Amino acid sequence: MFVNQFLFLAAVLFCIGVYGVVARKNAVLMLMSIELILNSVNINLLTFSLRNGTTDGHIFALYIIAVAAAEVGVGLGLVLLVYRNKKTISVDDLSEMRG
Amino acid sequence: MIAQNIGFWIIATVMIFAALRVVTTNNVVHAALWLVVVLAGAAAQYILLAAEFVAVTQVLVYIGAVMVLFLFGTMLTRAKIGTESDLNNSYKKLGIPVALVMLVAMGVALVSSFGDEKLPQTATVVSTQEISDQIFGPYLLPFWALSFVLLAAVVGAIVLARKD
Repeated sequence: MFVNQFLFLAAVLFCIGVYGVVARKNAVLMLMSIELILNSVNINLLTFSLRNGTTDGHIFALYIIAVAAAEVGVGLGLVLLVYRNKKTISVDDLSEMRG
Repeated sequence: MIAQNIGFWIIATVMIFAALRVVTTNNVVHAALWLVVVLAGAAAQYILLAAEFVAVTQVLVYIGAVMVLFLFGTMLTRAKIGTESDLNNSYKKLGIPVALVMLVAMGVALVSSFGDEKLPQTATVVSTQEISDQIFGPYLLPFWALSFVLLAAVVGAIVLARKD
């Protein structure tokens, strides 16, 4: 197996996630796109871990999974708060801080 | 090696298709279910990369916990379960060139850096014992910091979502 086939898979997933963050207006769908990006980074870390014969990438991948879980928890808490106050979770409607 | 390659390409194709559905579907619940396919495919790729503990953690944390959170978030923020028309913003067309430019840039960098370099043929599976030796040895301080991050996230999420 080539190193590049895993890295290309991760790159494609990353770009799909970036497209999702740019194109989506619904806050929950934006969080899902961010999960795609984090997963592609995990694939990269594990590929380099196998290539270099170390276990450091595994530790980083586990930490990223934990941080992603925390991020989703806080993110969905924010989304609930926004929905309760504005009755919408469209991020285009959150323009109070625009100068 | 041949079997692993075939497995890789099948899983990779399914993952990319599912990821495209996540960012294009008009139904929030369907997007969450397509995301499950991507996450399960990622877990399978981790096993191909000899990382069984990370793969099991991925299934437990992402497919078990994060997806339930997403479905609850969908359920609590809108009563309507079904197709919706206003999920994309007006910059939708702009996203395609942005993603393509990034993909081309990363592809050129990857080809020029790694070319046709191969992964080691005789990779041994990284055992859970090795990972725990690392976490509770040289990576102990980041582990503590991560514990505080999780604690802060739990407390913060409750404070944010609580009704006063």
